Amino acid sequence: MSITVLKPGMLSTLQDGGRYGFQHFGVPVSGAMDSFSHRIANILTDNKTDEATLEITLRGPRLRFERDALIALCGADLSPTIDGVSAPEGKAVRVRAGSVLDFGDSVAGCRAYLAIHGGFDVPVVMGSRSTYASARIGGLDGRALRRGDVLSAGNAKSSAYPGLSWALAASKRSFAAPKWAVNQHIEKLGRSLQIVRILAGRHWDAFPPAARDALTAHEFRIATDSNRMGCRLEGLGVVAGGPGEILSEAVTFGTIQIPPSGQPIVLMADRQTVGGYPKIAEVVTVDLHLLAQLRPGDRLRFELVSLAQAQALWLKREQEIITIREAVEKHLTE
Amino acid sequence: MLPAPRFFPMGDQALIVEFGDRVDPTLSAEIAAVAHRLRESRPIGVLDIVPAYTTLALHYDPAAVGAGTPPYEALVETIESWLKTQTAAMLPAGRLIEIPVCYGSAFGEDLATLAQSHNLSVEEVISIHSAATYHVHLLGFVPGFAYLGGLDARLATPRRDMPRPHVPAGSVGIGGEQTGVYPLDTPGGWQIIGRTPLQLFKPDAMPPCLLNAGDAVRFVPIGVEEFEARSKAAA
Repeated sequence: MSITVLKPGMLSTLQDGGRYGFQHFGVPVSGAMDSFSHRIANILTDNKTDEATLEITLRGPRLRFERDALIALCGADLSPTIDGVSAPEGKAVRVRAGSVLDFGDSVAGCRAYLAIHGGFDVPVVMGSRSTYASARIGGLDGRALRRGDVLSAGNAKSSAYPGLSWALAASKRSFAAPKWAVNQHIEKLGRSLQIVRILAGRHWDAFPPAARDALTAHEFRIATDSNRMGCRLEGLGVVAGGPGEILSEAVTFGTIQIPPSGQPIVLMADRQTVGGYPKIAEVVTVDLHLLAQLRPGDRLRFELVSLAQAQALWLKREQEIITIREAVEKHLTE
Repeated sequence: MLPAPRFFPMGDQALIVEFGDRVDPTLSAEIAAVAHRLRESRPIGVLDIVPAYTTLALHYDPAAVGAGTPPYEALVETIESWLKTQTAAMLPAGRLIEIPVCYGSAFGEDLATLAQSHNLSVEEVISIHSAATYHVHLLGFVPGFAYLGGLDARLATPRRDMPRPHVPAGSVGIGGEQTGVYPLDTPGGWQIIGRTPLQLFKPDAMPPCLLNAGDAVRFVPIGVEEFEARSKAAA
């Protein structure tokens, strides 16, 4: 099974659950920016949740499936079409050999995830298939897709959803999809003002009350130079008066650093493993995907919660994913 | 032995254990040794253990670290009692790693200017830089990059006004009071004084990096011919 890249899109990289176990060597974790959508896409295609998916950013690629394939698209609505017909999101989709997946305008969100049954067949580097382009490791040759690339993908002879295969065989359409879909809360991605919950960080107390207020009382905008390493925030409230620099120590996904400019940076998937700016707060893990789906110019506001709340929310989210998997599994034989 | 630890959450899936508040080679060596040993004990639900100057970070899966108790509290308790079982004698010592460096010429374009700015000869800079034993406080910034302590104050030099867009992997530089080796081809603002034929980051090797926190490092001057020979051998 292979997929030909007719057009690479703005930034399309293979990502999985991340490269853990090597942060003490300075190797970033990487992985999907929106791991919620990434995991749902894998569940829909009957994959393990840590199989690599294609992370598609704002302007999507144009891909031709050389064989029949079972795919799913989750996350941002980037107006996907298959042979010109609007393609569904949050659903298992069987596509016919020769059909072309294309994308249009970004309707909601920033990043879409394409999963294929059997996963993308790229080498595992240090325990992960995630692309980390700065060190040229993982994914397809350690880089984003280019025109003319051929992606080798998992086996097309899936026994999952036999009904979809029959439906495809019996029709002239380029794809077949079931009536049901996973509710992936896509409506949240289109909000004009996103609420992102945070925890007090390690240096919260080292900032004056005015700085802490500036972080939670004002709106911020996603700056245009945001990327997979970090979301740079612009706002009216400058978070000033903190400790300036600290002795370098570990940071994590969602760490909110305050550089001397006072404009916060939220560290994302490709963050470095350690940092020297004070850490005023941390985005709760269950809201990281909301942040990952914001586009440059989008607005957000932070809301402070407790560690106990954040961890309870995470456990609830994990339960929700198990429930989704169980619900999808009931359809696999249909 | 290590001072009493203080625990801080870092978000809902990581925590920081703090052992001190200033740079001290003995402290960071002990933290590195504890990190190494803790990693070998494979604590359940812990995904990464990252030592730094005065701290140790644990990245964990809250669903896996403690049934019945709040995850953060459960992990703090586990680590606290584990630390009590550790004695200095049980901790592994760091290694001494020699890094061959071809100083100057095309490999160290800033060496002559750097020497001049300190009123030293090129030979003196090489001899001072290669006489010291450096200490790996931590790795970070990019894969395999070691934050080295122990640069002779006579060689401390501000970074270049304009960073170079491309510094080749293996370049040895000085930036402020630090010296180090670039593991990857990257942009960089340090004064480049030489290059090593060794690869500091090999993604397909295990371990993937030449250096680890807690190691000692010495730079050994080599000539161009040896550089070429060793580059070929390393490739």
